[in-house]
Amino acid sequence: MDNHDAAIQFIDVNYSVEDTSILKNLTGIFPKAKITTIVGPSGAGKSTLFRLCNCLRSPNSGEIYINGKRISDYDPITLRKMIGLALQNAPMISGTVWNNLELPLKLQGKQLIEEEAKRLLLLVGLEEKFLFHKVGDLSGGQRQKVSIARTLVNRPKVLLLDEITSSLDRVSQHEIEELIVKINKEFSTTVIWITHNLQQAINVSDYTWVLMNGELVEAGDASILTSPTNERVQQFVKGESF
Amino acid sequence: MNYITLLLALIFVILPLILSKTLHLDLEKDTIIATVRSIIQLLLVGYLLHYVFDSDHFFYILLMLILMISAATQNARKKGGSVTGITWKLVVTFVFIEILTQGILIGLHITPAKAQYIIPISGMVIGNSMVLAILFLNRFTSEIEAHHEETELILSLGGTPKQAVHIPLITAIKSSTIPTIESQKTIGLVQLPGMMSGQIIAGADPIQAVQFQLLILFLLLSTAVITSALLGYLSYPSLFNKKMQLIKTNFSS
Repeated sequence: MDNHDAAIQFIDVNYSVEDTSILKNLTGIFPKAKITTIVGPSGAGKSTLFRLCNCLRSPNSGEIYINGKRISDYDPITLRKMIGLALQNAPMISGTVWNNLELPLKLQGKQLIEEEAKRLLLLVGLEEKFLFHKVGDLSGGQRQKVSIARTLVNRPKVLLLDEITSSLDRVSQHEIEELIVKINKEFSTTVIWITHNLQQAINVSDYTWVLMNGELVEAGDASILTSPTNERVQQFVKGESF
Repeated sequence: MNYITLLLALIFVILPLILSKTLHLDLEKDTIIATVRSIIQLLLVGYLLHYVFDSDHFFYILLMLILMISAATQNARKKGGSVTGITWKLVVTFVFIEILTQGILIGLHITPAKAQYIIPISGMVIGNSMVLAILFLNRFTSEIEAHHEETELILSLGGTPKQAVHIPLITAIKSSTIPTIESQKTIGLVQLPGMMSGQIIAGADPIQAVQFQLLILFLLLSTAVITSALLGYLSYPSLFNKKMQLIKTNFSS
């Protein structure tokens, strides 16, 4: 794939914490306006990768390019508004769903319109009545949906989704998959999605990364999971239940 | 009071020593160290103040203030967490508090510009500020650790470092100043403040002692809030690097 088609490009990126190497010589791209899934065993460095993309961490060496521009040349605030991150455990600020939804605009000194908040809730499959519910009263799945809606408030060009459906039931999982595909198609949003669910990766992705032990083992379309040729990917796929 | 009566006062040290030995509290060594240190330190300060008050020279007053601020900084630095560059932040806080309070007191002729007033009041103000600094830093460290997910969430949504630490910062400022405010609510009902008691014992008019005590109470209230707020706003940028990333190692207890 041509590098001009890359929303995000990694060139020989290394990241370590103290003496522990988390990401090793990572080189690869996330194609623009496509859905890329990242699969791999726990501890492969997937969540760290997202923190690098969102500039919450910086690599020890190597370069990351966002839309062809070096990540270090961006203003961190501008970059973070452009690259939305929905985290695995869906952290919330205390208060209501409304307090969480208005947060991204409040941080910029702007005000979210209540109708827009309700529209976002409906979009992620939550009824309007949840708007003034306390976040402490929400289930894991509901929190995850609120987290996605909150990330969408900034209208990001790139969506980083970290295991967002892991605490959802099958119906909700399917709804979220449809929603993400819809966002990708309608707004040409680049989606990068970490998932443990290989079937989900096959269903939604245009492109897939297999990340193991901090290394990019293979990247390509879903066939690298359905008919793996790489030995390490074969072993990983065999160990995962679809 | 003379040295013989002071010697008799040591009965109040012997009593806890006996209790500690009987109940195996293992406090004997610390009690003896605390007693000896307090005798030496206070006598030394007493003689030093005697000399400074007699001379009433600005240089000696300044020297005493530098000593107080240095000791307070050293103590707060050791016990108040390990914020990057904490030493100068504490020095700035204590110096600011000292200039502000003495500026108001002397500038508005509330107290005379004499060593006899400046030094004891500064001691109380800087001492209180030191305790508040330790309370604040300990609370701020634990708040940041407990809320680091929310802090990163706000950063990830495009918030500034100041916005990201707003809640831990406000919580730490509030919780470190609450004891000062609460203790003022019951003052005089439960206990008579030390300075006022000392003045009354020394034969001062109780009304005048109360007036002075109120002045000190208001000063301490002000220093409590200013210390926590100023130290907070000086400290939080150390949590982040230039890329607005949270650096946990810069703020660990």
